[in-house]
Amino acid sequence: MKHTLSVVVEDRPGALTRITTMFARRGFNIDSLAVGPTERAGVSCITLRVDCTQHSLEQIEKQIHKLVNVLRVTELVSGEAVERELLVIRVSAAPERRAELVTTAEALGGRLLDVGSDAVVLELTGTPEELDAFHELCRPYGILDLVRTGRVGVPRASARRRATRRLAAI
Amino acid sequence: MTGGDAILRSLEAEGVEVMFGIPGGAIMPTYDAMARGTTVRHVLARHEQGAGHMAQGYARASGRVGVAIATSGPGATNLVTPIADAWMDSTPLVCITGQVRSSLIGTDAFQECDITGITMPIVKHSWLVDDVRDIPAVMKAAFHVARTGRCGPVLVDVPRDLQEATLDYSYPAEVELPGWRPPTKVHPLQVRDAGRAIAHARKPVLYVGGGTLNGNACAELLRLAETGSLPVVTTLMGKSAFPEAHELHFGWPGMHGPKWSNLAMNTCDVLVAIGARFDDRVTGKLSAFAPGATIVHLDIDPAEISKLRDADIPVVGPLATAVDALADEVAAQRAEGAPVPEAWLAQLRAWRDEFPLVYESSDEWLKPQQVLEALQRLTAGTDTIVTTGVGQHQMWAMQYVRSERPRSFITSGGLGTMGYGIPAAIGAKAARPEATVVCVDGDGCFQMTAQELVTAVLEDLPVVVVLVNNAHLGMVTQWQDMFLDGRRSHVHLTAQVPDYARLAEAYGGVGMVVDDAARLEPALAEALALGRTVVVDCRVDPAEQVFPMIPPGAAALEMLDHPSADTTVEARAL
Repeated sequence: MKHTLSVVVEDRPGALTRITTMFARRGFNIDSLAVGPTERAGVSCITLRVDCTQHSLEQIEKQIHKLVNVLRVTELVSGEAVERELLVIRVSAAPERRAELVTTAEALGGRLLDVGSDAVVLELTGTPEELDAFHELCRPYGILDLVRTGRVGVPRASARRRATRRLAAI
Repeated sequence: MTGGDAILRSLEAEGVEVMFGIPGGAIMPTYDAMARGTTVRHVLARHEQGAGHMAQGYARASGRVGVAIATSGPGATNLVTPIADAWMDSTPLVCITGQVRSSLIGTDAFQECDITGITMPIVKHSWLVDDVRDIPAVMKAAFHVARTGRCGPVLVDVPRDLQEATLDYSYPAEVELPGWRPPTKVHPLQVRDAGRAIAHARKPVLYVGGGTLNGNACAELLRLAETGSLPVVTTLMGKSAFPEAHELHFGWPGMHGPKWSNLAMNTCDVLVAIGARFDDRVTGKLSAFAPGATIVHLDIDPAEISKLRDADIPVVGPLATAVDALADEVAAQRAEGAPVPEAWLAQLRAWRDEFPLVYESSDEWLKPQQVLEALQRLTAGTDTIVTTGVGQHQMWAMQYVRSERPRSFITSGGLGTMGYGIPAAIGAKAARPEATVVCVDGDGCFQMTAQELVTAVLEDLPVVVVLVNNAHLGMVTQWQDMFLDGRRSHVHLTAQVPDYARLAEAYGGVGMVVDDAARLEPALAEALALGRTVVVDCRVDPAEQVFPMIPPGAAALEMLDHPSADTTVEARAL
C-alpha cells in the first residue's frame, strides 16, 4: 500500500542523505521525494511516497525518527490531506494539432508555458491521479520530456478528524 | 586557543580519562595540542582498528563513552570496523578524525576521504566541522548523542585548518539538539500490563540482552528476577548482566546455547525481552521461535519494538527505570497472590540436569572446553574481565565462563568482528586497571590484531591472552564439515606458524605453550599471576566442534547435540 510521509528536518548538511541512506540500508523503496523550505527558517520538509506494508511503515517511521536532524515525522492520511504535484511536459505538437492540445490541456487546468515550431511546453498542478490522466492524454502527441516534482501535502483546512497520524508513538 | 586545544578541553570537560589513537597528517594540530598538555591519557595503538576496539573495550568495561582518535583517509577508514561493531552492539563511542584542510575538501587531496559519508549508515550521527567556533558545541552534542537513548557510535571530522584556527573557548552547559529526544520516562500503564502478564505467567522467562548492561539496569534486573522468582537467560551480549552462579540463571540462548536455555526460551508462555533484539543467532527460524508466547518487550529504542517479533506488551524507556518499575509491579502482584511458577522452575532445573554441556576428553589431545573450564576454575570469585574474539572459542567462552558481575564479559556480538578480543582487552584494562583482564582468543582472530600486544606492553596495560589454538579458522571449518560435506576450503592456518609464544616474546610479553591437559592449569595459573602481558598458546584438538548447534535457518528446538565419538575421529582424519 502507498503511504505519504512528511518529514520535518533541521536544514543541515546531510539531513536528506541520512534519510535516503536509511531507506537504502533497510531495504525500503522511495517512490517519490520532494524537498523544500517550510514556514520556519532553517527547517525543511521532505515529503516521501513509499509503497510498503503497515508494518514496514512503522519501522521506517521509527528509524527516521531516531535521526538526530529529524524534528517530526507524520503520515498524511489519504483523503484527509491536500496533496499536490507539479508536472512539466514538452510535447511534440505540429501547428495543425497545437490548438487542440492546448485547449484540452487548459480544460484540465494545465497552462501553456512555451511554444516552439513543432513542440509546446505545458504545466499542470494537481493530484497525482490528475497528473497521471494528463500524462496519458499527452501520450498520443508524442512526449519529448516529462518531469514531475513528487507530491507534497498538508492537512485539509476542513479536516474533521486528524489528517495526519503522528507515528512512532508506541 | 586553537581548535585542537578546544577538542582536548572538550574531552576534559566531558570527564574523559583516556583516549586511544594514532597521529597522522590531518590530526597533527590536535596531537600538537596534546604535547602542550592535557589531563586525558593517550594510549598509542599500532593500528586504528586496534584503537577503535580499545575504545569499545574501555566503554563496555566502564560504562562510559569510549574515545578513539585518528587521522584522515586511511586512519579514518581503519576506524570503520570498530564503528560498525559499536553500531551493531550499541557501544557508546566518540571517534574524532582529522580531515584535510577545508580548502582541499572535495579535491581528492592526499589522504582525503569522505569519512562522514562512508560511515553514515553505521553512526547515530556525525559532524563535519566547518567553523572552529562550533567545536565545543559539536563535542558536547557528540558525547550526548553517543550515550543517551540507545548507545552507539558518533563521528566528529575536523579539517586540519580548523584544528589550527583560534576561537574563544567556552564549553556549553546545554546541548542544543531539537531533533534528538530519546525516551526518558516509562509509561505506567505499559508497566502495569507487563507486570500483570509476567506475575500471572505459568512459564515466564526473562530474555536479557546487552541493552540491560548499556542501560545500567543489572541491579534492577536482579531485583525483578528475585522478587518474582523469574528465570533468566542472558544473550551473548547480555552475558554478565546477571550473576551466572545464581539459581535463577538458566544459561544463554541461541545457536550454540545449551539445550536447556533454548528449551526455556521456546516453551515459555510469557517471554520478557529486556534490551534484546530477537537476533537471528538467538531465535533460529523466527517463525518457529517461542511459538504462542506472549511477548513483553522492554527497550529504550522504539524501533526495536515489533521489528522482528510483534510485541504484545511494549515498554519503551530507559531500562533502569523500566525494570525497576516492573519489579515493583511484579512484587505487588505476588503480594496479592499471583503464584510463583514453581513447577516451571522445577522443569527448567530438570532440563539443566538432563542436558548438560558435554564433550569427550581424550588422551591424545587437549580439548578447548578443558581450557575454558580451567580458566573458569582459576578465575572464579576473582575480579576478572573476559574478552573474546569471534568464532568457536567465543562460543566455548560463552558456555564455560561463569560471569559474576556486570561488564565482566566483553565480546563482539552483532558484527562478529574477528580480532576484537586483544584490543578490547587492552581497553578494558585501561578502564579497570585493578581487574585481571583475559582475552580468550582464537588463532585466526589473534592474527588480525596481534600487533596491539605491543600497546599492552608499552602502555603498561597487561592482558592475558588464552589462545585456543586449533590451527584453523575453526567456525568456518565446522560449517564446512557439517554443511558442505567436509570440503575444507582455505581454513587451515597451522598450529606452529607463527610461533605464538615467541611472537609474544618478540612483542615484549611472555609466551607459553600448552599441549597437554596436565600442564594446562599450572600454566594458566602462572600466566594470571604474572601481572604481565602473556600469551598462553593452548594447542587444542582441531576436530572439536561447538555443540549444541541450531543449524542455520532451523528452528531453535531442532538443535543438534554433541555428535558421536566416531564423527569426531573421522573429522580429525581430514
